[in-house]
Amino acid sequence: MKEARSISGLRILAIMAKEFTQLTRDRLTYAMILAVPIMQLLLFGYAINNDPRHLPAVLLDQDRSVMSRSAAEAIRNTGYFAFVKEVNSPREIDEAIESGKAQFAVTIPGDFERRVVRGDGAQILVEADASDPTTVGGAVAALAGLPQTALQGDLKGALATRQPAPGGAQAAGAAPFEMVIHRRYNPENITAYNIVPGLLGIVLSMTLVMMTSLALTRERERGTMETLLATPVEPLEVMLGKLAPYVGIGLVQTAIILTLARLLFGVPFMGGWGALSIGVALFIVGSLSLGFFFSTLARSQLQAMQMSVFYLLPSLLLSGFMFPFRGMPAWAQAIGQVIPVTHFLRIVRGALLKGVGLSETWPSVLALAAFVLVVGALSVARYRTTLD
Amino acid sequence: MAAAIDVHGLNKSFGDKHVVQDVSLTVEEGRVTGFLGPNGSGKTTTMRMVCGLLQPDSGSGTCLGYDILTESRQIKRHTGYMTQKFSLYEDLTIAENLLFVARIYGMDRRAERVDKALEGLGLTGRRDQLAGTLSGGWKQRLALAAAVLHEPKLLLLDEPTAGVDPKARREFWDEIHRLAGEGLTVMVSTHYMDEAERCHDIAYIAYGRLIARGTVAELIDQSGLTTFRGEGPGADRLGEALQGRPGVEMAAPFGAAMHVSGSDRAALEATLRTCSSI
Repeated sequence: MKEARSISGLRILAIMAKEFTQLTRDRLTYAMILAVPIMQLLLFGYAINNDPRHLPAVLLDQDRSVMSRSAAEAIRNTGYFAFVKEVNSPREIDEAIESGKAQFAVTIPGDFERRVVRGDGAQILVEADASDPTTVGGAVAALAGLPQTALQGDLKGALATRQPAPGGAQAAGAAPFEMVIHRRYNPENITAYNIVPGLLGIVLSMTLVMMTSLALTRERERGTMETLLATPVEPLEVMLGKLAPYVGIGLVQTAIILTLARLLFGVPFMGGWGALSIGVALFIVGSLSLGFFFSTLARSQLQAMQMSVFYLLPSLLLSGFMFPFRGMPAWAQAIGQVIPVTHFLRIVRGALLKGVGLSETWPSVLALAAFVLVVGALSVARYRTTLD
Repeated sequence: MAAAIDVHGLNKSFGDKHVVQDVSLTVEEGRVTGFLGPNGSGKTTTMRMVCGLLQPDSGSGTCLGYDILTESRQIKRHTGYMTQKFSLYEDLTIAENLLFVARIYGMDRRAERVDKALEGLGLTGRRDQLAGTLSGGWKQRLALAAAVLHEPKLLLLDEPTAGVDPKARREFWDEIHRLAGEGLTVMVSTHYMDEAERCHDIAYIAYGRLIARGTVAELIDQSGLTTFRGEGPGADRLGEALQGRPGVEMAAPFGAAMHVSGSDRAALEATLRTCSSI
């Protein structure tokens, strides 16, 4: 015999009402449900810009002529370049680009004006830190049409013949000078070179912060915390003991990602091993401490997970991992500066793509060290040896 | 005899709930003290304050001669605490749980102690079984073995036999008395009166206040209650009719019989006489 089945509206309503009540009881979940979309909206809407302008550039003007000044002015007028410094030697250019202080370096050779006047293949060299192809893409594109128009004001009278012919302006060789673009670190514009090393930071954050954020909350939820607290064990002992295995996990992950980056994606390993090692060590310890800190705050495993997500979202969006750091407005860059992933990415990308070491990336290394100290101290301070 | 627990004027509030109010308690060494009281009366909170798991809002005292406010580390070292809910690691094996406890307390000859504990439990053959797969009674015996593995001087048991069958409960109490015989001081909270009767002393707490203290016999004497027992067809249905009559403080059915209690024996007798006609 088959039992008659029917769907009861009242029963559905009963479950609905119960779910809703439970949801409102868990304030943090409720707050997250509202906060996460708002955060995403603000970040995606205001902070993310795939066509960054006003990128820091240095200028080496060896010509110091009327035309060289016009050309530099034209470059600035594209809106993509902000000359932060005028330098005097190619060595200074290398330094500015390696340290990441400048995204571009514009070199106008000493014979620029003379060659323009003679029609003898004048050139301007633009070197770009192309380790992140997205950042430089728009700027490089803006330079393409520049030679045709840059010197219009200067090429008058007898020099008017050097003006590109109207209409046929795009013909090769018609422009009074040529832009030579030199994409350093990533000449072929391979996105993977930028993304894969960045992924190291994201993978480590995701797994390590999440796993350790569950470390104490799991004990609390299962009731084993009470037994643990009834023993003479010290907070630092609990913390070190719980985190140590994850340091191993973090190192294994690092090894896997770096190996695959090399084998599958051919990411260049330029050097900077010292900075890379210190960076990885600090970042692993920092991420673990943060997770542990979350787990001293969270009342349940669910809350711990939500806190991790709340941390991961800006880490993905504001660190320069997915979107150009320099494309973000000042406030978003300020937030990005306090996110450890931002600094870790600078160290890793600096080492792998540029081969730069501690002498260039020390500010980021210091930032990570400060993060480890602050979060570690907070965690030990927050951990209670009582159930209060 | 020296006091294992000697605390005065303990207070503890959670939010605006004053769960323990001015509790003073002395427990002598080597005694088994039953801690009785309804749910939410402050038994667990008091025990947690005694063993350093909670900081009292006010009050003072010593546990095993150590100050409960400042020397909780020493107290923890010499106290075994068994929580209400099974709180060993369910995803570790029986032997691994015991080894963990032995290590946390920095015991020497750990493997030997674990083997001995397993033997005592009769779990040597199941040492590699996950603790989470044990039945309720076994879990509770394992928890007890873990709580005494570091040879504490004081054992605090928080409702250890909740949800355990009568035979396992009996064996559990045999074990407690064996440990007490070896000089261990035991404080055990319970709801079961038959368990209370197996304690040397009783402490009764209700609504956060310690109400009575003494041996079981003393407490029964102090209560000054007289209880009559009535049997017969329908006797167990008389509760409502008796409740509230002169002299009747409590009327409760026990199986087919009715127990009627009151502190004024004469009034109670008079009431029962008139009621016999019902």
